[in-house]
Amino acid sequence: MAITDITPPSQFTEARKRFVRHGFGSPQASFISVLVFAVLAYIAWKFLGWAVFRAVWSKENADLCDGHGACWSVIDARHRLILFGTYPYDEHWRSTLAAIAIVVTVLLSCLPAMWNATRLAVLWIVGFAAYYLLMEGSLLGLQQVTTDGWGGLSLTLFLFAAVVLLGMPMGLGLALMRRSQMPVVRWFAVIIIDTIRSLPLVTTLFTAAVVVPLFLPTWLEGDKIWRVIFGFALFFAAYQAEVFRGGFQAIPKGQFEAGKALGISYWCILGRIVLPQVFRHVLPSTINMVVVTFKETAIVTIIGFFDILASGKTAFGTAEWAPYYIEVFLFVAAIYWIFIFSLGQYGEYLKGRMAISEH
Amino acid sequence: MSTAEELRSRAKRRSLTIQAAIVALTVLAVWGAVSNAQYNLTRLNMTSGFSFLERDTGWDYSFSLIERSIDDRYYYTLFIGLLNTLFVGFICIITTTFFGFIVGTLRDARHPALSFAANVYVQIFRNIPLILQAIFLYAMLIHLGGPRQAINIADVAFLSGRGLMLPGLNVSPSGAVGLLLASAAIGIGFVIAQVSLWRGLAIWFGSTVGVAVLAALVLRPEGEGLLTIPALTGLRFTGGISVPIELLALIVSITLYGSAYIAEIVRGGLAQVPRGLVEAGQALGMSRVSIWSRIKVPMALRSIIPPLGNQWIFMMKATTIGIAIGFSDLFYITVNSISQSGQTLELILLLMLTFLAINYSIAFFTNWLNARLQLKEH
Repeated sequence: MAITDITPPSQFTEARKRFVRHGFGSPQASFISVLVFAVLAYIAWKFLGWAVFRAVWSKENADLCDGHGACWSVIDARHRLILFGTYPYDEHWRSTLAAIAIVVTVLLSCLPAMWNATRLAVLWIVGFAAYYLLMEGSLLGLQQVTTDGWGGLSLTLFLFAAVVLLGMPMGLGLALMRRSQMPVVRWFAVIIIDTIRSLPLVTTLFTAAVVVPLFLPTWLEGDKIWRVIFGFALFFAAYQAEVFRGGFQAIPKGQFEAGKALGISYWCILGRIVLPQVFRHVLPSTINMVVVTFKETAIVTIIGFFDILASGKTAFGTAEWAPYYIEVFLFVAAIYWIFIFSLGQYGEYLKGRMAISEH
Repeated sequence: MSTAEELRSRAKRRSLTIQAAIVALTVLAVWGAVSNAQYNLTRLNMTSGFSFLERDTGWDYSFSLIERSIDDRYYYTLFIGLLNTLFVGFICIITTTFFGFIVGTLRDARHPALSFAANVYVQIFRNIPLILQAIFLYAMLIHLGGPRQAINIADVAFLSGRGLMLPGLNVSPSGAVGLLLASAAIGIGFVIAQVSLWRGLAIWFGSTVGVAVLAALVLRPEGEGLLTIPALTGLRFTGGISVPIELLALIVSITLYGSAYIAEIVRGGLAQVPRGLVEAGQALGMSRVSIWSRIKVPMALRSIIPPLGNQWIFMMKATTIGIAIGFSDLFYITVNSISQSGQTLELILLLMLTFLAINYSIAFFTNWLNARLQLKEH
């Protein structure tokens, strides 16, 4: 039958047709295409030549590094320092497992099956606890390593997970306070949100690390890392509160009123009717915030934490490896890039998926 | 009393109790913090108050637009820090907006090669932390050789480990600051006078150049040319404007990172312009350039301005990473002042108030711009 012949053209064919039509439709367009692709190919070729074809890969061959190619020997020799910082050498397996725990937690929370406040909360608390127990060690009967000894990629992941875990409920709390009928509560939230959002993150962190101890009695001071995490979480919460606010605004007022008319309590309306919709609505922006948070963890290097950026700088800090700083920076940048790019792409995918389901 | 009223008054009482509790807790926390601070300060033998602003600093730092020495008072040094932050911030706002619009337009282009190249740029620079880019760039610049191995750019500009030498107007540093302020004033004047976008930009650019040439004519040292061009004499450069590598690394990295972000904002705005408007322009025989400048950009600006304003605020805040590469922005100067004078609370308070003022000014400006650009509904 004729009707079976009408199959949708494949996406690939369509894209190719569009590519040819717009890229080579006229002499000017063809010229631009050839020029741009030639320049990109040239840059890529030059880079690959340096980074791959002429590169030296192992630390045993480090004396072959002559500056014409990348000297990845520095990574081979120093990757443990970059990834684990000053964590005791024999305990690196713990740091690896702990980092994997965080990565798995993030990956699992990307699955739609996990999109439920209880499940997400349980997942993150379990993942975070696993990290802490492994890194700290004393509760598992392993050698104790205090937070001063944590470093490298593991520390970056720890800061990230701690900030998101602590900041998310704080953000929700601030958003709810901002919507409150009580003026004092509302103003309290507004002042905190606006102040934190106006300040550069590094100022907030510096204040948490250096200034806050002046205000606190010694018994309340706590570890520097926890104060910084709290300051960072406050930053996250102030932005996330605005994200939640957008989500709340998207819920028709009639739903609250219907709930009230039925005599359902405030917390029940919130937890059973409104929040599930809000969470779904704010998911793409939340992922964006999570991506920003991951990127901004690099700031802690300024206030003296040994995160992956600082440990990278130490890795080429010896006379032997000093000339190969570019390789180290590229290695660290690649690690950040992989995390941030994948999370960002996932956010884009979700946004597209939700745009479709909305119709 | 009926039950409804009773319930209402109970709800009211509860709300009052909660609010009173919050006020009480806040007061208690502030009181506790202040008394602790007082106790800690007396223990550390520190005086509080702002009298230290009159003291000499006695330390040096990397960059200043105006004359400075190590005998400057604290308030003057902090002012230089503020000036540096505003200077870098404004330059970055202009460069990121400029490149952001170019890359965003390319991202929106139908031409596959152009949008692909723009996409590669955005994906590389947006997904690496800004501070890493700044430190990386700074390390690369510092490893360039001395003036003798400088990279020669068309014999008028030179890039070496000591900085970038640029040809420039033959005016003193304070003269240059005055020129920048004049340029900003002219720009703000055009915005307030509601001159249309493209004409305003053109006149602004023209009059800035005009004022600059005039100033150079009047202010240049006796018997010297209008421009000063760097030249290698012996082991160092003479003439020209010297841009230290800290400043260069900061501006370039913020520009690369920020324009990738603004490009995405611009692309989003351009994509939201209804196709019908573009087709109407085509039907009227408008060229692609005028469709872009007369239809797409003016329409897109309405959705671009609010996120663009946030990005501008971000840029101002991003200057604080200057501390990681030794650029003396306000945060750097404040941190140095704290470690030298010990006046932690006062200095942090000043820093916070300054940033609040900067951010509210930008927010005020973009809100106003946004209100002006909204479609006039009849």
